[in-house]
Amino acid sequence: MTIINTFEQLLDECITKNKKIYEIAQENAAEEADITVEQVRVFTNKTLFAMKEAIQSGMASKELSMSEMCGQDCHRLQKRYKKTRAILGGTFEKIVEYALATSEENIRMGKIAACPTAGSCGIVPAALIAVSEDYNHSEREQINALITAGEVGRIISAKVALAGAVAGCQAECGAASAMSAAAICQLQGGNVSQILNAAALALKNILGLTCDPVAGLVEVPCVKRNPFLAIHSITAAELALADIKSCIPFDEVVDAMEQTGALMSPTLKESSQAGLAATKTALEIQKKIFG
Amino acid sequence: MKKTTLFDIISPIMIGPSSSHTAGAVRLGLLAKNIYKNKPRKVTFKLYNSYAHTGKGHGTEKGLLAGVLGLSVDDRRIKDIFDSELAKTIQYEFQYADNFKQHPNAVEMTFEGDTKMFIAGESVGAGEIAIRKINEFNVKLTGKYNTILIVYKDMPGMISQVSSILQYHNKNIASLNCDRNAKGKEASMLISLDGSVDDTIIETIQEIPEVYFVSYIEKLEN
Repeated sequence: MTIINTFEQLLDECITKNKKIYEIAQENAAEEADITVEQVRVFTNKTLFAMKEAIQSGMASKELSMSEMCGQDCHRLQKRYKKTRAILGGTFEKIVEYALATSEENIRMGKIAACPTAGSCGIVPAALIAVSEDYNHSEREQINALITAGEVGRIISAKVALAGAVAGCQAECGAASAMSAAAICQLQGGNVSQILNAAALALKNILGLTCDPVAGLVEVPCVKRNPFLAIHSITAAELALADIKSCIPFDEVVDAMEQTGALMSPTLKESSQAGLAATKTALEIQKKIFG
Repeated sequence: MKKTTLFDIISPIMIGPSSSHTAGAVRLGLLAKNIYKNKPRKVTFKLYNSYAHTGKGHGTEKGLLAGVLGLSVDDRRIKDIFDSELAKTIQYEFQYADNFKQHPNAVEMTFEGDTKMFIAGESVGAGEIAIRKINEFNVKLTGKYNTILIVYKDMPGMISQVSSILQYHNKNIASLNCDRNAKGKEASMLISLDGSVDDTIIETIQEIPEVYFVSYIEKLEN
């Protein structure tokens, strides 16, 4: 097994062996964990199932979070789409609804799949499942896409820990949008180069995103950020499928993210000491919740 | 840097909202329960720093208690654990403190029952945890491996005695950690293993005269 820690290595491996990203990823994950490829796919399918369950529960609930800041925005969207169609059509509606449903399910202590983190748990499932439903992608294809997304996240995390406290939200929702872009590209028949460019484009256009949650809770701006970045990932996939390339190679984009994260003030990395968390309104909310 | 796997990226399946403040808390409680072994009569949790300040909004207290009661990170009962019948089976108390020397997400747990045990740990991110102290001994337990904890009289030759028992039973050691409170007094040994361990091995180690105490700590399922 060739150890893969960069996207260049992954591309080389795919070309040399004439395989897709998910094939390389599932073979390596199986070998490393001393299990079969089929077991890797069963594991992935469990996550996929949990994602679908979270969307369903989230769509059906109006329960607020403990802080009462969030929990009813998906419901608001659903009401709007009963009367009016979204400007960009049905798939757009599903993506924003699914992303909000999942994120709201997370903050009301429902069951979700962290992907890569709990705060960014709505992005990959929203895009992957909405597109799969509307384009009739089979369960097998969805698993292929989720493994592709996971491999992208794994290689990013080989350089930068996917945690807001380490590199800001670019490493959570940003990484999730790169993973999601890769998944959508895989679903829509993109080749290896297109998939990696989709992920690079998504990440490149979200560099510098800080982690400044109000009252230190995974709610504001996290919940609404999920639908934004799910749509962001579709833009990246569309560009890449048209063979538009990231001018900066993916590995270098990840290097830039690492550097940006290191230069980012600690007050903007999950410590809630600056940014949105330090606004007048945020401080009032914080006082109301924690006294 | 710890190597992240494909599985880490697309999991855990968990009760929200935070991998460090909710899932991490459950796992800390679970691993502490595995260390203490018996059902405690009472557990006192002392939460530090970010755990103390934002715990309520993240369900950290619920997670810790649920873990001690044996619920896994994806158990829907975590949300209403304080109102459950299960929670009525033990006493529990939460305390809060600030201490910049501690990890931002640190907790100290005091288990009381037939014996009293102090277990301290940290939630280090993405649901990963580390138990850092058991009673007065410094340890590092992540819940990823089945582990044998041995407390013994500090003296030469203990490691080789224990490792020869493991070798005899064909067990591969993944990591080994020792600590002691003073030269010639009590020492602790933590042995993480590939695979599992049966009672015979634990009993054989227990028979070494200088061994005061042996415990087999099972790894966390997810």
